[in-house]
Amino acid sequence: MQGSPELSQALALFESARVLLIVLHLAGMGCFAYIIWRRLMPLMRAQADDRFDRPWTRLTRVAQFWFGQWRHPRYPGAGILHIVIFTGFILLAVRSFSTLLIGLSSNVLMPGFPGTAGHAYDVATDYAATVVFFCMLAAMVRRLVFQPARYAVPPRYGKAHTADAIFLLALIALLMAADSLFAAAAAQASGSHESLALFSLPWAFQLALDRVSRATAANLCFPAYVLHALAFYFLLCYRPFGIQFHVETSLFNVYFAKLDRGTVKPVRWGVEDQQLEKVKSFGVKTFEDFTWKHMLDFYSCADCGRCSDNCPGNAVGRPISPRFLSIKARDYAFQHYPMFGKAENDKPVIGSLYSEDEVWSCTTCGACEEECPLLIENIDKIVDLRRGLIDDGNVPQSLQKPLKALESRGNPYGKMEKKRGEWASAKDFQQTCRVRTLDNNGAATLYFVDSVTSYDDRMQSIARAAARILDSVGENFGILGAGEKDSGHEVRRFGEETLFMALRDHNVEAIKKSGVKRVVTADPHAFNALKHDYKDVPPVEHISQVIARDIKAGMLKFRPIDQSENTYTYHDPCYLGRHNQVYDDPRDVLDAIPGLKRVEMHRSRDRSFCCGGGGLMLFYEPKEEQRMGVKRVQMAADAGANVIVTACPFCMANIEDAIKVAGLEGKMTAIDLAELVDQQMVRPAPQPAATTLGG
Amino acid sequence: MEILVCARRVPDTSENEISLNSTGNDIQRDELVYSVNEPDNYAVEEALQIVARVGGKVTVVTVGGEDDEEILRREMAMGATHGVLISDPAFAGSDGRGIATILKGFMAKGNYDLILTGVQAEDGAAQVGGMLAAMLDYPFASLVNSIEILDGKKLKISREIEGGNREISEIDLPCVLSIQTGINEPRYVGMRGIRAVASVPIATPDAGELGIDPGSVGRVGAKVTRVDYFVPLLGKGAEMLSGSREENIDKVLELMAAKGGLK
Amino acid sequence: MARIFVYIAHKNGVVDDSAMELFASARKIDSTAHPTALVTGWGASLDSVCDTLRGCCSEVWKIANEGLAYPNAELIRKALVKILPPGSIVLVPHDHFGIDLAPGLSIKLNAAFVSDILDIAESAGGTLTVVRQEFGGQVSTHVRCDVSAGGVITVRPGAFKASSSTPLAGVVVDRSSEAGRLEAGRRWLETVAAEAGEVDITKHNVLVSIGRGIQEKDNIGIAQELADVLGAAVSCSRPVVDAKWLEKSRQVGSSGKTVKPKVYLACGISGAFQHLAGIKGNPFIIAINKNPKAPIFQVADIGIVDDILEFLPEMTNKIREMQSVSAK
Repeated sequence: MQGSPELSQALALFESARVLLIVLHLAGMGCFAYIIWRRLMPLMRAQADDRFDRPWTRLTRVAQFWFGQWRHPRYPGAGILHIVIFTGFILLAVRSFSTLLIGLSSNVLMPGFPGTAGHAYDVATDYAATVVFFCMLAAMVRRLVFQPARYAVPPRYGKAHTADAIFLLALIALLMAADSLFAAAAAQASGSHESLALFSLPWAFQLALDRVSRATAANLCFPAYVLHALAFYFLLCYRPFGIQFHVETSLFNVYFAKLDRGTVKPVRWGVEDQQLEKVKSFGVKTFEDFTWKHMLDFYSCADCGRCSDNCPGNAVGRPISPRFLSIKARDYAFQHYPMFGKAENDKPVIGSLYSEDEVWSCTTCGACEEECPLLIENIDKIVDLRRGLIDDGNVPQSLQKPLKALESRGNPYGKMEKKRGEWASAKDFQQTCRVRTLDNNGAATLYFVDSVTSYDDRMQSIARAAARILDSVGENFGILGAGEKDSGHEVRRFGEETLFMALRDHNVEAIKKSGVKRVVTADPHAFNALKHDYKDVPPVEHISQVIARDIKAGMLKFRPIDQSENTYTYHDPCYLGRHNQVYDDPRDVLDAIPGLKRVEMHRSRDRSFCCGGGGLMLFYEPKEEQRMGVKRVQMAADAGANVIVTACPFCMANIEDAIKVAGLEGKMTAIDLAELVDQQMVRPAPQPAATTLGG
Repeated sequence: MEILVCARRVPDTSENEISLNSTGNDIQRDELVYSVNEPDNYAVEEALQIVARVGGKVTVVTVGGEDDEEILRREMAMGATHGVLISDPAFAGSDGRGIATILKGFMAKGNYDLILTGVQAEDGAAQVGGMLAAMLDYPFASLVNSIEILDGKKLKISREIEGGNREISEIDLPCVLSIQTGINEPRYVGMRGIRAVASVPIATPDAGELGIDPGSVGRVGAKVTRVDYFVPLLGKGAEMLSGSREENIDKVLELMAAKGGLK
Repeated sequence: MARIFVYIAHKNGVVDDSAMELFASARKIDSTAHPTALVTGWGASLDSVCDTLRGCCSEVWKIANEGLAYPNAELIRKALVKILPPGSIVLVPHDHFGIDLAPGLSIKLNAAFVSDILDIAESAGGTLTVVRQEFGGQVSTHVRCDVSAGGVITVRPGAFKASSSTPLAGVVVDRSSEAGRLEAGRRWLETVAAEAGEVDITKHNVLVSIGRGIQEKDNIGIAQELADVLGAAVSCSRPVVDAKWLEKSRQVGSSGKTVKPKVYLACGISGAFQHLAGIKGNPFIIAINKNPKAPIFQVADIGIVDDILEFLPEMTNKIREMQSVSAK
């Protein structure tokens, strides 16, 4: 850069203040380092978490979710805004550091990089600073004027976060302005004719500085620099005290994020099932029982509210809000691990940080985890909290009965084991389809029915429909009958890990003994359990996947739908859709039925709205203003549908119930996918009875 | 405070359908699920809550055999310090008085401030608590639904009486109380808790150790004996409607109108 | 046969219904005997009761003691032990008082004890064979009792039909002095009335009563809707209150309210006797229950085997239809 007397004068000031500047930088960095150390303290005392495996997969996800901001466009307004800001920050990162260096060394004289590439970078960052500056203003307007609902803070969680948000936005704007002013002042002072990027903020400042003398411009360099440095360090040190901490932690949070969908963390990482009896306490009872990654999650929450905006529990007035699971815990960490003074730990979290109702209210639908741009995990924390409650015996009476029944009878209804397979013995059904109980008699496929479908009068028809479908495509299948116990899917997610393991071990042994090569189920919860919670079992599929494949193979044909004036909509069950990403197969099945008119609900696929929950959730009595199922049924009506198709017996139970409660009986019906397929499929000509039937 | 809770293992009526066995001399027990008698479970929870407030220990005792050990383990998993299985072949066939005699023999070896039982078991007899109290000459109260410790010598209790009313009394320690369901919300005990106490020793005194005269208990000493189980021939009972739901509703409304139940 | 005594409960000078039922059961034990009435209490109300009893009982033993003004079972037991001759058979109602008094009394009298009897099957020499129920009424049993050295028996309320007896001119024998000073380790302080709820079920002519069959708290709405169109109230059995789905003031039963409606709809109620004990006045009982073997069908007038969760809403709709038709 060319020199000028005014510039030299400005530089001299930097020289004479060198020590001060170095002290400023050291103080800023030192302060930040201290703050980070204090923030790391609870993580040091936390439980272990196995997040160091599969580094390449993790790096790919960093590229996709952190660098690629993959989740952000799900809320287009804020999403685009954030992508722009993020891009700006990334671009400005190098510039920021180089600016800092100016204060430290007399060798680095001025802002800007040499060469064509350097100049290109300068231009890019001039615009970046400008864009970020205006994005800050836009964000402030959003907060103050448009006030998106998801930012609102319900009274029980404290006061609004608006003031803090505005403060931070203003600080960043100030940082951008200071940086731009510094660049403008330096350019103006040097008399440089390399113009700053046209219409950028530095350019605008330089334009303003044209009005003043070069000397004044030069005199502005140092204060502008100091302002920038102060703003930079203040932000740097302030960020770890609030939601902006995500700027530092997001990269790590995404890198260490959970890789395996659908499953739940073990009670203790590194402790095998057989060694669990040595573990003194199960679950999260004190803050330090969380793993370090969970604590990192708490730090990383950006308070964007997308999770709670999609949380069905939150939508119906249950005392659960995923956003505040994180924010409250973060505040707890800040309070109990202060910057100065003793860290207070080992206090129980239930009753102080979280309420019991809050913990039991979650249906584990996964909508929150699907939305979070920072990949924060909530389900594992809820399960761990429940484990703690169960360990202490602190369980609502409404859940104790089904848990006891599961322990003694292998199903939550307490019905007798020998009746589990009786759905297959219904006289009319037996004439159309013989279902045999497996006993290593050569069947290749197990139809895993699970408890609700086996015992509930209404749901048994799903089992019969599924059996008929498997039969008509020639599947060599059977059931475990009385030898089957509940899959234990909800037992695990309600925190009763020991009972879950007992159920799982029993079923795994039964499946092994049956000698089957694959498992099919019509229950997404059983599907998820067999796929993700169980080990050493043959591959498992949901019946919608089987049907879709058979349709493509030409093995299943349908007759046209009877009442063509009906409009159908498909409700994605949480454990088939979101947790296992089976969205298309059920839709392909419906679309293969001639004359079936189908519409999509506004919230579908990975945005599907939970019906109310399955398994043990059917027994829990939540505090809520409305039933989730009722909201879902209204969504179907709003979409113009009068038949809801679902592929899960729990969804069926909740939705049929909700139709009654919503007063839509006669106007809305529900049908299971298997039932519909069974109803519409064209049966092959009756075959002579197969001789291998074991009866 | 040293609290003794007398518990019993019974078929779980809410999960079982009770029917007669093929010979008609007993109920069909093959596929029954057994658990601790519900009112006894409430009693143990109450005892645990009391010692949590004032200190002390809870002992759970049952009269029976090997099979009955599981309920002791369950209550110990809940928090009871000791489990005692009083077992002796001579005890088989005891009537209520016999059981109370056996429990009294056990009590004499210890020093308990408070004895709790459940108000009744599956046979609905509601007798052991009152009998034990009379044998010990301790004050007694049945159907207790609230306990307040006044001091080391007295309790303030509430009994459930007709109409949902509550009879409040003061009772001296040591005493015997029979506990009604609903007095508290018993804590959950899971498999893990039970496994954790799986190897805690359970004392198993017999008649000799307790100094009980076999002639006063068991079938020998019983004045009251169950002769059989039967399902009574259903009397006239209700007129069962057998039409379709719509027809049944119409009939019901017709009858209600006739009885002045319809406006 | 041994002398038979019948313990008479009373309130505000009025003899309890159980008295006549106990006399009926006494006659089944020994048709020739004249049971003696045992009455404890204090003051004018006691005298009035004794007077009433003279009209149906050959001998009335009056035990007046200031300490017995409130029927404290602990004190009453002490009094009876002093007064009753050895080998007596004592009949007591199986209710909150009987459960409190009887077991301990049997020990002190060294008598056999049997509770909650429904019938006397056989009475010969010193042996009685009674009928009892177990498992919440799912099965019945015959129980043989050796009452040669005496017996204390509690009788299920309503099990024996109070038969009208020929009027007698009985005598009142004052045994108060033998009771002497009475002291017990349990002292009555007060009786607290149940909290009045928002709805007084005892004042309704029609009750829609729900039991365990309602399955969950959220389903209570369907019972309420039916009650609304009928101008009735929703009441319930004990399990519903234990689960905290409805307040105690809605409970019908021996530990709840006693109701005397004209029409009683028992929906998903099994029919345990403690519940039925709260229904008086012989209303028209309609029972709807999924289980065809539910004991309620023994006492109901009309029985329907159906799922209340389906039946009640349809019934509500039908009534609404009828009402809209008649409104036109």
